Amino acid sequence: MIRRRQRRKPSLNKAALVELINHRTGLAKRDAQDLVETVFSIIKEGLSEGERVKISGFGAFVVNHKQARRGRNPHTGAPMQIGPHRVLSFRPSQTLKELVNSGRN
Amino acid sequence: MTKRGIVGELLGRRSTLSHRQAESVVNAVFEAIAAALAEGARVEIRSFGAFGVKQRRPRQGRNPRTGELVEVRAKRVPFFRAGEELRGEVNGRAGRSVAKS
Repeated sequence: MIRRRQRRKPSLNKAALVELINHRTGLAKRDAQDLVETVFSIIKEGLSEGERVKISGFGAFVVNHKQARRGRNPHTGAPMQIGPHRVLSFRPSQTLKELVNSGRN
Repeated sequence: MTKRGIVGELLGRRSTLSHRQAESVVNAVFEAIAAALAEGARVEIRSFGAFGVKQRRPRQGRNPRTGELVEVRAKRVPFFRAGEELRGEVNGRAGRSVAKS
Protein backbone atom coordinates (compact mmCIF):
# COMPACT_ATOMS: atom_id res chain seq x y z
CA MET A 1 0.00 0.00 0.00
CA ILE A 2 2.74 2.41 0.89
CA ARG A 3 4.68 1.41 -2.18
CA ARG A 4 1.61 2.05 -4.23
CA ARG A 5 1.21 5.56 -2.96
CA GLN A 6 4.83 6.39 -3.65
CA ARG A 7 4.53 5.15 -7.18
CA ARG A 8 1.47 7.25 -7.91
CA LYS A 9 2.22 9.90 -10.49
CA PRO A 10 0.25 13.10 -10.97
CA SER A 11 -2.84 12.31 -12.98
CA LEU A 12 -3.57 13.48 -16.46
CA ASN A 13 -6.90 15.18 -16.93
CA LYS A 14 -8.90 16.86 -19.63
CA ALA A 15 -7.11 20.18 -19.13
CA ALA A 16 -3.72 18.57 -19.73
CA LEU A 17 -5.11 16.81 -22.77
CA VAL A 18 -6.36 20.12 -24.15
CA GLU A 19 -2.94 21.68 -23.60
CA LEU A 20 -1.31 18.86 -25.50
CA ILE A 21 -3.65 19.10 -28.45
CA ASN A 22 -3.14 22.81 -28.58
CA HIS A 23 0.61 22.19 -28.85
CA ARG A 24 0.33 19.43 -31.37
CA THR A 25 -2.21 20.84 -33.75
CA GLY A 26 -1.97 24.57 -33.19
CA LEU A 27 -5.71 24.70 -32.56
CA ALA A 28 -6.81 27.34 -30.07
CA LYS A 29 -7.26 25.99 -26.55
CA ARG A 30 -10.94 26.81 -26.61
CA ASP A 31 -11.36 24.77 -29.79
CA ALA A 32 -9.16 21.98 -28.51
CA GLN A 33 -11.28 21.79 -25.37
CA ASP A 34 -14.48 21.63 -27.39
CA LEU A 35 -13.01 18.89 -29.62
CA VAL A 36 -11.80 16.74 -26.74
CA GLU A 37 -15.23 16.94 -25.14
CA THR A 38 -16.87 16.12 -28.45
CA VAL A 39 -14.65 13.07 -28.95
CA PHE A 40 -15.73 11.70 -25.59
CA SER A 41 -19.38 12.54 -26.27
CA ILE A 42 -19.25 10.67 -29.57
CA ILE A 43 -17.85 7.61 -27.82
CA LYS A 44 -20.41 7.92 -25.06
CA GLU A 45 -23.28 8.15 -27.51
CA GLY A 46 -22.07 5.10 -29.42
CA LEU A 47 -21.82 3.11 -26.20
CA SER A 48 -25.26 4.27 -25.06
CA GLU A 49 -26.65 2.69 -28.20
CA GLY A 50 -24.95 -0.54 -27.24
CA GLU A 51 -22.28 -0.13 -29.87
CA ARG A 52 -18.75 -1.38 -29.42
CA VAL A 53 -16.09 1.30 -29.78
CA LYS A 54 -12.71 0.09 -30.91
CA ILE A 55 -9.63 2.28 -30.97
CA SER A 56 -6.83 0.49 -32.77
CA GLY A 57 -3.60 0.41 -30.82
CA PHE A 58 -5.46 1.37 -27.65
CA GLY A 59 -8.33 -0.91 -26.85
CA ALA A 60 -12.05 -1.49 -27.15
CA PHE A 61 -14.99 -0.30 -25.07
CA VAL A 62 -17.52 -3.08 -25.01
CA VAL A 63 -21.07 -3.10 -23.68
CA ASN A 64 -21.97 -6.35 -21.95
CA HIS A 65 -25.54 -7.41 -21.33
CA LYS A 66 -26.10 -8.89 -17.90
CA GLN A 67 -29.05 -11.09 -17.23
CA ALA A 68 -31.28 -10.66 -14.23
CA ARG A 69 -30.05 -12.59 -11.23
CA ARG A 70 -30.77 -13.05 -7.61
CA GLY A 71 -28.24 -11.25 -5.50
CA ARG A 72 -27.76 -10.22 -1.95
CA ASN A 73 -27.49 -6.87 -0.33
CA PRO A 74 -23.87 -7.12 0.78
CA HIS A 75 -24.65 -4.94 3.74
CA THR A 76 -27.63 -6.69 5.25
CA GLY A 77 -27.37 -10.06 3.53
CA ALA A 78 -30.99 -9.77 2.46
CA PRO A 79 -31.71 -11.49 -0.86
CA MET A 80 -32.77 -9.17 -3.64
CA GLN A 81 -33.51 -9.28 -7.32
CA ILE A 82 -31.00 -7.63 -9.66
CA GLY A 83 -32.65 -6.74 -12.94
CA PRO A 84 -31.10 -7.13 -16.38
CA HIS A 85 -28.65 -4.35 -17.08
CA ARG A 86 -25.80 -3.31 -19.30
CA VAL A 87 -22.26 -2.76 -18.12
CA LEU A 88 -19.31 -1.25 -19.85
CA SER A 89 -15.97 -2.93 -19.98
CA PHE A 90 -12.69 -1.87 -21.49
CA ARG A 91 -10.43 -4.37 -23.17
CA PRO A 92 -6.94 -2.98 -23.58
CA SER A 93 -5.22 -3.85 -26.85
CA GLN A 94 -2.08 -5.94 -26.92
CA THR A 95 -0.15 -2.81 -27.87
CA LEU A 96 -1.36 -0.91 -24.81
CA LYS A 97 -0.62 -3.86 -22.52
CA GLU A 98 2.91 -4.02 -23.85
CA LEU A 99 3.38 -0.29 -23.61
CA VAL A 100 2.36 -0.27 -19.96
CA ASN A 101 4.96 -2.94 -19.25
CA SER A 102 7.72 -1.42 -21.32
CA GLY A 103 10.86 -0.50 -19.48
CA ARG A 104 10.11 -2.94 -16.67
CA ASN A 105 11.67 -6.33 -15.94
CA MET B 1 -17.48 2.26 -34.14
CA THR B 2 -13.77 2.62 -34.78
CA LYS B 3 -11.31 5.47 -34.64
CA ARG B 4 -12.21 6.30 -38.22
CA GLY B 5 -15.87 6.49 -37.28
CA ILE B 6 -15.08 8.92 -34.49
CA VAL B 7 -13.07 11.10 -36.87
CA GLY B 8 -15.94 11.09 -39.36
CA GLU B 9 -18.47 11.99 -36.70
CA LEU B 10 -16.24 14.78 -35.40
CA LEU B 11 -15.96 16.21 -38.92
CA GLY B 12 -19.71 16.08 -39.32
CA ARG B 13 -20.20 18.08 -36.13
CA ARG B 14 -17.43 20.62 -36.63
CA SER B 15 -17.50 21.76 -40.22
CA THR B 16 -14.54 24.12 -39.93
CA LEU B 17 -12.21 21.25 -39.10
CA SER B 18 -9.96 19.66 -41.72
CA HIS B 19 -9.74 15.92 -41.95
CA ARG B 20 -6.14 16.05 -40.81
CA GLN B 21 -7.01 18.13 -37.77
CA ALA B 22 -9.82 15.82 -36.78
CA GLU B 23 -7.56 12.83 -37.15
CA SER B 24 -4.78 14.36 -35.13
CA VAL B 25 -7.15 15.37 -32.32
CA VAL B 26 -8.47 11.83 -32.00
CA ASN B 27 -4.99 10.34 -32.21
CA ALA B 28 -3.59 12.81 -29.72
CA VAL B 29 -6.28 11.97 -27.18
CA PHE B 30 -5.51 8.27 -27.14
CA GLU B 31 -1.77 8.62 -27.52
CA ALA B 32 -1.68 10.98 -24.56
CA ILE B 33 -3.71 8.60 -22.42
CA ALA B 34 -1.48 5.69 -23.44
CA ALA B 35 1.68 7.66 -22.71
CA ALA B 36 0.42 8.63 -19.27
CA LEU B 37 -0.46 5.01 -18.51
CA ALA B 38 3.00 3.90 -19.63
CA GLU B 39 4.39 6.14 -16.89
CA GLY B 40 2.02 4.62 -14.38
CA ALA B 41 -0.10 7.76 -14.14
CA ARG B 42 -3.85 7.84 -13.73
CA VAL B 43 -6.00 9.61 -16.31
CA GLU B 44 -9.31 11.11 -15.28
CA ILE B 45 -11.77 12.32 -17.85
CA ARG B 46 -14.66 14.10 -16.17
CA SER B 47 -18.08 12.69 -17.04
CA PHE B 48 -16.44 9.77 -18.84
CA GLY B 49 -14.25 7.71 -16.57
CA ALA B 50 -10.76 7.02 -15.35
CA PHE B 51 -7.87 5.03 -16.76
CA GLY B 52 -5.16 3.63 -14.60
CA VAL B 53 -2.62 0.88 -14.21
CA LYS B 54 -2.83 -2.01 -11.80
CA GLN B 55 0.11 -3.96 -10.54
CA ARG B 56 -0.15 -7.75 -10.71
CA ARG B 57 2.09 -9.90 -8.54
CA PRO B 58 4.06 -12.78 -9.99
CA ARG B 59 2.17 -16.04 -9.74
CA GLN B 60 2.28 -19.66 -10.71
CA GLY B 61 0.07 -20.40 -13.63
CA ARG B 62 -0.57 -23.31 -15.90
CA ASN B 63 -0.24 -23.66 -19.58
CA PRO B 64 -3.87 -24.33 -20.41
CA ARG B 65 -2.93 -26.63 -23.27
CA THR B 66 -0.33 -28.84 -21.62
CA GLY B 67 -1.22 -28.35 -17.97
CA GLU B 68 2.41 -27.56 -17.32
CA LEU B 69 3.25 -25.23 -14.41
CA VAL B 70 4.63 -21.90 -15.57
CA GLU B 71 5.92 -18.85 -13.77
CA VAL B 72 3.86 -15.76 -14.61
CA ARG B 73 5.93 -12.66 -14.02
CA ALA B 74 4.76 -9.56 -12.21
CA LYS B 75 3.21 -7.18 -14.68
CA ARG B 76 1.13 -4.09 -15.01
CA VAL B 77 -2.30 -4.07 -16.57
CA PRO B 78 -4.18 -1.05 -17.86
CA PHE B 79 -7.75 -0.66 -16.64
CA PHE B 80 -10.67 1.66 -17.20
CA ARG B 81 -13.46 2.45 -14.81
CA ALA B 82 -16.50 4.16 -16.27
CA GLY B 83 -17.71 7.25 -14.46
CA GLU B 84 -21.14 7.28 -12.93
CA GLU B 85 -22.60 9.34 -15.74
CA LEU B 86 -21.29 7.02 -18.44
CA ARG B 87 -22.34 3.93 -16.52
CA GLY B 88 -25.85 5.31 -16.22
CA GLU B 89 -26.05 6.22 -19.87
CA VAL B 90 -24.81 2.84 -21.09
CA ASN B 91 -27.45 1.26 -18.92
CA GLY B 92 -30.15 3.46 -20.36
CA ARG B 93 -30.40 5.25 -17.02
CA ALA B 94 -32.48 2.32 -15.81
CA GLY B 95 -30.64 0.36 -13.16
CA ARG B 96 -28.72 3.25 -11.81
CA SER B 97 -29.04 2.31 -8.18
CA VAL B 98 -28.12 -1.27 -9.00
CA ALA B 99 -25.00 -0.21 -10.84
CA LYS B 100 -24.04 1.97 -7.95
CA SER B 101 -24.09 -0.62 -5.21
